[in-house]
Amino acid sequence: MSLPFLVFFVCAGIAVLGALLLILAKEPIHSALALVLVMISLAVLYLLLGAEFIAAVQIIVYAGAIMVLFVFVIMLLNAGSEERTDWSKMAKYAGLPLGIFLLLELGHWMFHSAIGKEIANGSVAASSSVSTVEMSKMLFNQYVFPFEATSVLILIAILGALVLAKRDDQ
Amino acid sequence: MDFITHHPVLVVSLVKIALLLFIVLTALAYLTWFERKLIAHIQSRWGPVEVGAHGLLQPLADGLKFLFKEDLTPPGADQFLYILAPFLALSLGLTTIALIPFGPPDIQVLGQSVFVVANVSIGLMFVFAITSIGVYGVALAGWSSNSKYPLMGGLRSSAQMISYEVALTLSVVGVVLLANTLNFNTMIEGQRGYYWHFIPRWNIVPQIIGFLCYFTSAIAETNRVPFDLPEAETELVAGFHTEYSSFKFAMFFMAEYANMITVSSLATILFLGGWLSPFPDSWTFMRYLPAVGLLLLAAYLIYDTFVLARGIAKIQLIVISFGALAIALGCLHPLVLNIIQGPFWFVTKIGAIMFFYVWMRATLPRFRYDQLMAFGWKFLLPVSLANLVITALIKVWPLLVGHG
Amino acid sequence: MSVVPISYYLVLSAILFGLGVIAFVFKRNIITIFMAIELMLNAVNLAFVAFARAHNQLDGLVFVFFVIVVAAAEAAVGLAIVITVYQNRQTLNIERIDTLKF
Repeated sequence: MSLPFLVFFVCAGIAVLGALLLILAKEPIHSALALVLVMISLAVLYLLLGAEFIAAVQIIVYAGAIMVLFVFVIMLLNAGSEERTDWSKMAKYAGLPLGIFLLLELGHWMFHSAIGKEIANGSVAASSSVSTVEMSKMLFNQYVFPFEATSVLILIAILGALVLAKRDDQ
Repeated sequence: MDFITHHPVLVVSLVKIALLLFIVLTALAYLTWFERKLIAHIQSRWGPVEVGAHGLLQPLADGLKFLFKEDLTPPGADQFLYILAPFLALSLGLTTIALIPFGPPDIQVLGQSVFVVANVSIGLMFVFAITSIGVYGVALAGWSSNSKYPLMGGLRSSAQMISYEVALTLSVVGVVLLANTLNFNTMIEGQRGYYWHFIPRWNIVPQIIGFLCYFTSAIAETNRVPFDLPEAETELVAGFHTEYSSFKFAMFFMAEYANMITVSSLATILFLGGWLSPFPDSWTFMRYLPAVGLLLLAAYLIYDTFVLARGIAKIQLIVISFGALAIALGCLHPLVLNIIQGPFWFVTKIGAIMFFYVWMRATLPRFRYDQLMAFGWKFLLPVSLANLVITALIKVWPLLVGHG
Repeated sequence: MSVVPISYYLVLSAILFGLGVIAFVFKRNIITIFMAIELMLNAVNLAFVAFARAHNQLDGLVFVFFVIVVAAAEAAVGLAIVITVYQNRQTLNIERIDTLKF
């Protein structure tokens, strides 16, 4: 088993384990930490795919800022810790098998679809990493309009969060 | 032997990591000694002098004390998170050391550069990624202690850290614009040469505003005075690490110093020229500076042994002074002298920045929390942005003027 | 050294997406449901990066960048709404806040 395969299976295992912990944890803060684990293992998978800038952005923005925001809100509100874990009969006997069937079916169609066959049989491009220079050239030449639009979007999100979180008596 | 020649990367990396961990952990312990001695001398008193000559065995005594204290867990605390938080803080603080180059990359063993463990092409971004996960250690410590003061201290401290992280990252972009790269070694190589033949071409000269913004944000990021309200004794008992005892508290303590070392080494690489010497390469006599410095230290220690010290301190000082003399004479060997140039200047610059850190702790009062947050968002962030815009304008000016 | 085929990454993406859907449907806490949405977005990001490597184009990576930024904006506003809901209803259980009437 060569090293890329080993790294892939370890990180994929940790990602699936984190997702399962997200579902099965009783306290929301444990779910949040499980999601951080998933994000970090996905960042390692991005590195394995050669996208090092995206891996760094994933850790800085997703795991280091968005999830910190989630953890703050969970700590501030301090509610929902005693979550009932017994589901209704419908959920247990019909829902869970259907859910597992959904994910197995998605996996099957990914594997056996036309695109999946083409990728599985065709040769994969040489494993070189994408440099930040190429990516920034594309970002600022071809995609400059979406780039500026997302900066306006972030501004709107900041204003919206400020307005929503202000107290009513002010 | 075959294994070593067939897997040079693995073996050399493991040896480097082991050596680096050993050196960094010892440096962390002796940083506590350095801080206590320096604050004491600034305040006209002696500091630790009992344990060992000049108090040099004090970190050992502190370590033993931490190991033997009672290790209790507060009732109702979340067990897993309570144990996870200090481990997270310390391990993340130590991970960034792997990305930092201590010396020039052309000194190699088995084809692998000796002075850097991982020479990643986007090293700067990964260092920021690791420091942004470091916020979890603080937040989870406050939450899992199941008590009012740690929770408030943890929330305040982590809110401060993520606010100043934005200013920290923005103040560094000016340097990246000047250097055209995110790789540490390439950035340091770009700082060779001189302005007007005597000012070194370090990034602090064109980016002085960036350096000041970076240094201020770094102090706030590591929760040091004057930004250490979340862990001040008079305000919140001890902030997020109130309910921690013995070894876990020692881990938080070490994590704070590890963060200081990380941030100082980043400042050295980005703004102060890394492992480059401030003297021109043509002054070959300056290459003997490490040996001369160590000889002076050994001379002072010998004077101390035979003239000043009494009792058991005399024996310890004899050992230390002759050790220093042996190392100084060893440095005169040309091979060792060649290897030691880069790390010597790197460690000197980090030492200078640590000196500033401890000096500020001894002299400055602390900010109130709302003053702290207002300063970060309303002053440092606009100034870093302005620095970035001005640097970008200056860099693009020839293109703009050429077209117009 | 052989390289991991892209279909492996796509299967992992599908599994994570399916687990995200299960978490979204079955959990009761609003914040946990939000986290399931983030999990689904991450699974989609993985598929994008895998395809960008397969076709050797950078457009997939740029799209991942935009998905991360939009997820950040969405999380900020969504959590502000959650805080407001908590201030009004004092609960985070979705079964108790499913009527507009107070």
